[in-house]
Amino acid sequence: MTIRFNDETFRDDYSFRNSAEAIRRFPFPFDKDDYMYSVNMEPHGTGGRAGSVFEKRFDVDEHYVAEMRDRAITLAGDPLRCQSLPHMALAGWDLLELIMQCKAEDYPELFQLHRDGDRWHWINRPLGIEQRFTFLDPTTLPCGPLEYVTRQAQGDFAVLDQREGNLWMDAGMVTSQADWSLDFDIGMNFFEWHAPVPKAAELGIFQRALKFLLAVQQGAPSRRLNWTMTVNPRLDTSPENYHLWGPEKRTITPENVGARQYLRVELQSFWRLPRSNALAFPIRCYLIALEDLVTVPKWARRLHRVIRDLPDELAEYKGFAVNRQIITDYLAQFDDGKPTSQGIFADE
Amino acid sequence: MRATEFSPSIPSRPVYGGLRPHGALASLMLAEGTGGEALAALARADPSVMRQAQLFWIPAGAGPELGPRLRALGPAGYVEGPSWAALRPRFARALAEAHMGTRLYLAGGEGLIGQAMAEALAAGMPLEAIDAEHRGGFARRVQCVHCKGITENVATDPFACSHCGLNLFVRDHYSRRIGAFQGVCVDAETPGQVPEPQEIKP
Amino acid sequence: MTSLMLRVAAAEPLTPLVKRFRFEHPQGAALPLFSGGAHVVVEMPDGEVLRRNAYSLISDPQDGSGYEIAVRREDGGRGGSRFMHGRVRAGDLLRVSLPLNLFALDLRARKHVLIAGGIGITPFVAQVRQLLRMQLPFELHYAARSRAEAAGLKLLPEAPHIHAHISEEGNRMDLGAILSGQPLGTHVYTCGPEGLIGAVAEAGARLGWPQTALHSEVFQAPPPGRPFAVVLARSGRTIAVGAHQSLLEALEAAGAEIDWSCRGGACGRCETRVLSCHGRIEHHDHWLSEDEQSAQTRIMPCVSRFRGETLIIDR
Repeated sequence: MTIRFNDETFRDDYSFRNSAEAIRRFPFPFDKDDYMYSVNMEPHGTGGRAGSVFEKRFDVDEHYVAEMRDRAITLAGDPLRCQSLPHMALAGWDLLELIMQCKAEDYPELFQLHRDGDRWHWINRPLGIEQRFTFLDPTTLPCGPLEYVTRQAQGDFAVLDQREGNLWMDAGMVTSQADWSLDFDIGMNFFEWHAPVPKAAELGIFQRALKFLLAVQQGAPSRRLNWTMTVNPRLDTSPENYHLWGPEKRTITPENVGARQYLRVELQSFWRLPRSNALAFPIRCYLIALEDLVTVPKWARRLHRVIRDLPDELAEYKGFAVNRQIITDYLAQFDDGKPTSQGIFADE
Repeated sequence: MRATEFSPSIPSRPVYGGLRPHGALASLMLAEGTGGEALAALARADPSVMRQAQLFWIPAGAGPELGPRLRALGPAGYVEGPSWAALRPRFARALAEAHMGTRLYLAGGEGLIGQAMAEALAAGMPLEAIDAEHRGGFARRVQCVHCKGITENVATDPFACSHCGLNLFVRDHYSRRIGAFQGVCVDAETPGQVPEPQEIKP
Repeated sequence: MTSLMLRVAAAEPLTPLVKRFRFEHPQGAALPLFSGGAHVVVEMPDGEVLRRNAYSLISDPQDGSGYEIAVRREDGGRGGSRFMHGRVRAGDLLRVSLPLNLFALDLRARKHVLIAGGIGITPFVAQVRQLLRMQLPFELHYAARSRAEAAGLKLLPEAPHIHAHISEEGNRMDLGAILSGQPLGTHVYTCGPEGLIGAVAEAGARLGWPQTALHSEVFQAPPPGRPFAVVLARSGRTIAVGAHQSLLEALEAAGAEIDWSCRGGACGRCETRVLSCHGRIEHHDHWLSEDEQSAQTRIMPCVSRFRGETLIIDR
């Protein structure tokens, strides 16, 4: 399988574009016409629909090279976007093994991994990287294992230490998050880092989610979808740079909302790591402009209804309340009131 | 003066349970200002707490007789210093030499509690071994999420970051590791439109 | 729970009561690595009864060539260890779950103090290998009745910070001494009989150790008891639980859907709502709170039993 990698930007001139194929396989997150938080977990890694973003364990798409370039720019301006508390070194190696192994197995024409005991040889063709190193010896890599491998993998990665019946955000690479700070949250437990999320605590969502996550076992990863809205195809919507990207939120008009308002979907997965017993939590970000999304009639109808009927606190927390009316009005043109089918996939 | 009661907030906002005596177990005690009264009350509840206590005292605005009163309680060690920054090296040394089973008693403003707690946790002290009681004003230590600079004694919301000058609103989201609340630019989307500062209350 | 059919590569006695078993992949593939303290659940087809017992892995966590466990024969138990000792031979195929760790090291610790009683040594054998490889400070205290019975001595390396306390030799463990003078940030792990775990908790509390620094794993096989009947609310069926069968095993035999993990009353996965209870639930778990246990609204089927007229559960 060959992937043509885009040469595009996620800042400044925002030349990001989705091909027709990317639009077709976009992970639309709503399986019905209204939305409330849920622990909407599914098994991951096997049985994902062919051609979809769920097929491979770590999906690689046309945006791969450009996303990694954008990550490098963010890190050059703020190294604190990737941190690992000292006790998480072993977990970093577990994650490196997981990602390299999966990529080499799932995309053999793009990635290769040769292992001779602890002597490893990694080839990343799209990024032009070839690296020989000794597994578990950080002095043989240009940087720590977590940073090294996640500079070559799309999406953010949180690595959670499991202890005291809780999960602790003790390491991560976070450059495409929807507005939270790794530097501030590192060291917090599950309830603490979710503290700012409105309403969910009352619903007992976090208790149930934590119980599920503590029980995730080796060889049985899970996934779920989360979503928000972003103005412009910007990956770095961090609190750190909010004073830089925040003003862009106020530039939405009825004329440009189709082109500049994006649905941002997170494909989250959960993996038990073998040597450290930690939990890896990849958060893969997919962006689609509303004008591209509405080319799929079912999605256009459904998104209109979800945004129109969303509780105010959720719109506020997800950061698009200020543009909600313009968005709803735009989407209304594409909603003829017809029923929509169950499930997230487009009608054939 | 009683310990402060903070209004209910998000789970990451610290809540200080007050000081409870844990008998004659080895302990470190650190107090500033009216927090000294909390230590005196602790010793009244159980005098044995002083037997193996190393007491660190920052007078900071408390009456001049409070220091001698604390010394007279007979702690095993007594160190007085003008500020947390001045006491910190000795406090850190005491932590480095402490054994498991040592308790930590903290009393004072949130800034002192936050910094001392962060120091103790980094030295390996379990969170459960720490008692903290808030006494004094409600000014907060706030980390600017943009420049990472920490502004001490923030009394209003919003305020201007003392490092980069951005106008920040003060969140209840708190990091034990940093020992500070989070400040985020309040007028990013509407530059220049800064709400009237309100006094920070518990 | 994900599992593999593995071949028994070796079954050899370590002491008169303890036997070591080694499992390897039938096609020689590497087995998933694990972390010290992990266990696997072994399925034992014993005639009409399908038993599943959890055993700590004693092999090197970084060695994927095989999994090793050490099983102590309990003649008064429900039959799992007797099956392992008497019926399992090299060459047999058994279904073994992937490793799961409910007793992991806290890698933030400045020092790890491991306290083992009897067969409780097994999780520490793997953890010692991990600690040595990672060069982390630790000390191990292993209490056994006699040298002949101390199977762990055959599995542990010689090292000055590994201490054997053989009660026959008059060399008892002094918990107060072990828990005194440890550096800030030390974590203690205890595995063995309930009495030992209780003694460490008591000494720890007396010396000011917070509970989060004291970890324990109880080796508890589901205790046998009188047979009893249970009504499954979802289907209306009544199932019988035999004297030497756990409620969990009876539910599995009856085809009821139930999640499980440790099978020893510690992890909470099989927690079941009780809809009606005319009688007394005999709680043997370490999961439910005292209030939950006395309210009799929940039961842990893996280890707990019932005596009385009717028990209706939400399964």
